[in-house]
Amino acid sequence: MKKSFWKSEGFKSLLASLICIVVGMLIGYIVLLFINPKGASDAILTVVKNFFTYSKATSRMKYFGNTLVKTAPLLMCALSILFAYKVGLFNIGASGQYCAGVCACLYAALKWHWGWLPCLLLAIAAGMVFGCIVGLLKAYCNVNEVISGIMLNWIILYGTNMILTGVKETTSPYTFEMRNEGVQALLPSLGLGKLFNSNIYVTIAIPLAIIMAILVYIVLDKTKFGFELKATGFNKNAAKYCGMAEKKNLILTLVIAGGLSGMGASFLYQTGFVQWECTTSSVPGMGFNGIAATFLGGLNPIGTIFASYFIQHITAGGAYVDKTMYCSQISDLISALIIYLCGFVLFMKMAMTRISAKRDEKKALEKELTDKGGND
Amino acid sequence: MLLLIQYTLIFSSVLTLVALGGCFSEHSGVINLGLEGIMVMGGLGGALAMRYLNPAMPGFFLVIIVLLCAIAFGALYSSLLAVACINFKADQTIVGTALNMLGTAAATVIVKAINTAANPDDVSSTIQYIEPKKKFLVNIGSFEFNWFMVIAVLAVVAAYLILYKTRFGLRLMACGEHPQAADSVGINVFKMRWSGVLISGVLGGLGGICYLLAGVSEWKFENGVAGFGFLALAVMIFGQWKPTRIALSALLFGAFRALSNVYFGFEFLRGLNIPGSVYNMMPYIISLVVLAFSSSHSRAPKSEGIPYDKSQR
Repeated sequence: MKKSFWKSEGFKSLLASLICIVVGMLIGYIVLLFINPKGASDAILTVVKNFFTYSKATSRMKYFGNTLVKTAPLLMCALSILFAYKVGLFNIGASGQYCAGVCACLYAALKWHWGWLPCLLLAIAAGMVFGCIVGLLKAYCNVNEVISGIMLNWIILYGTNMILTGVKETTSPYTFEMRNEGVQALLPSLGLGKLFNSNIYVTIAIPLAIIMAILVYIVLDKTKFGFELKATGFNKNAAKYCGMAEKKNLILTLVIAGGLSGMGASFLYQTGFVQWECTTSSVPGMGFNGIAATFLGGLNPIGTIFASYFIQHITAGGAYVDKTMYCSQISDLISALIIYLCGFVLFMKMAMTRISAKRDEKKALEKELTDKGGND
Repeated sequence: MLLLIQYTLIFSSVLTLVALGGCFSEHSGVINLGLEGIMVMGGLGGALAMRYLNPAMPGFFLVIIVLLCAIAFGALYSSLLAVACINFKADQTIVGTALNMLGTAAATVIVKAINTAANPDDVSSTIQYIEPKKKFLVNIGSFEFNWFMVIAVLAVVAAYLILYKTRFGLRLMACGEHPQAADSVGINVFKMRWSGVLISGVLGGLGGICYLLAGVSEWKFENGVAGFGFLALAVMIFGQWKPTRIALSALLFGAFRALSNVYFGFEFLRGLNIPGSVYNMMPYIISLVVLAFSSSHSRAPKSEGIPYDKSQR
């Protein structure tokens, strides 16, 4: 018998994610009510609407483009975390690997004036190196990957600030403008910008990120390599017993995850949309929001695409709230709440299974009763 | 040199308090990765108390109220972790990470809201506490003695006594080693884990306010606590989950953290001409190296990180 859509695992994940979003938003709304009851409804609507607050269709299209530009790196970080999580590792170092990618691609572009492809590859390599460190420490020294990841995040942050000081403007803490000093390193647009009201920041990064998501899906679910990695994640000892090189798999996973984060950095910084501030005092939030996107996407690469867009959508929407009453961090609060609620997903799914099982039982009982009634 | 000792002692106090918190939680079987968020929340509680209390009131009461506020915030916040991880069997890594992000975001939103309500032009997330801070300090010559140094020492002694000399402590540790066995002799595992997490909330909250009072007299809540919660976890692992060894390893880590504050005062260090960023990196690099050497023979509680399920054996 074909299982109905309503009882499938996918539907349950989707429903659980939607519950997380609704409850997260609701708590965010309550917080806004506490701060200032007058504008709370407007503010939460602004967060949800994001670029729809503009009345002109052309400017909407333009700001939709901007949101997409920032979705691409977020999606890459989310994929990085997802890839590692499928192998039983929590890659909280994605932020640091992302930061290393920023450092590599900006320095290569602004100092050595490399083209866009070498810069992109260097960013990937930089992410891979730091992913590799975490993997080596985990495989050979049994260091918890969360703690080593966090330590590396801070080391990389200070290192990036130090290195990128070499390519910063003399009067401000920001690195040189890409459009002046590193034009050759800008990702090609292939006319995609035209679709978004000539938004110069829309580049091949966006379709590339989606292709990577599909690639991650194929590798994890359709290849022997992905199966081996997942088997290692389920049970390291069993994998070893079956003749898999469990240490190699572990390190390889983190190397790939690191590469994905590093690629994300190049997808944002090589569009010239943002510059690095050399006095940054906290690790970029990209990797942490990536965690939200991963779990909200139900740990599915395709779901992650939509979840990343949603997270970026509300993060960008937070910038439009009325600053005289609220602050833009309200969207950070909501995404943090969503991650917290994602912890309950397992419980929710269990509850859903229980409810539907009860209903089936009841139906079966009723059917039995009516069948009996017919026989009499 | 005196300055280096002073900073070492105060930073080690922070690390000791928070690491002991982590130690209690892990001995009960729950990995508390949310210590960073708990520190932020504890710091927020203390800083808010200092903002609203009259600085003219007797120093003793002021200190007590600030500490109590930090403890209350820390414990309340840690109960979010306890509910999710103990009762709902959520993944402890995800929830801990969520708490870290939530802590910084919530503190920023709250402080900004308060600042903007007081003065519409003020959109910063900073709280100042120059006057109340002095109540925590006693100047002995040029050495600034901070009451938290005493609190940290007391906490180490108390933790040692509680864990190894009381029925409660031994039962707590049993729940982290083999909860099914503990349950079979009538110990309520859920209750024990809840108390472990709440104690970590109390100590984490204290550590948070201690960190805020360590060097500066105003705090920008957008910055969080710069990975200190995780440094404390590294201290805990290096200390092999034992209170006395935790205190000693906190001294080591504290010294490196202090160096990044005061390296400029040393002639020979300045002569080396190493950029300040390197000193900032030092505590994290050291902890990575130390972890690499001390993790392979880890004495971690056997059942940490695994939600307790009565039906499993």
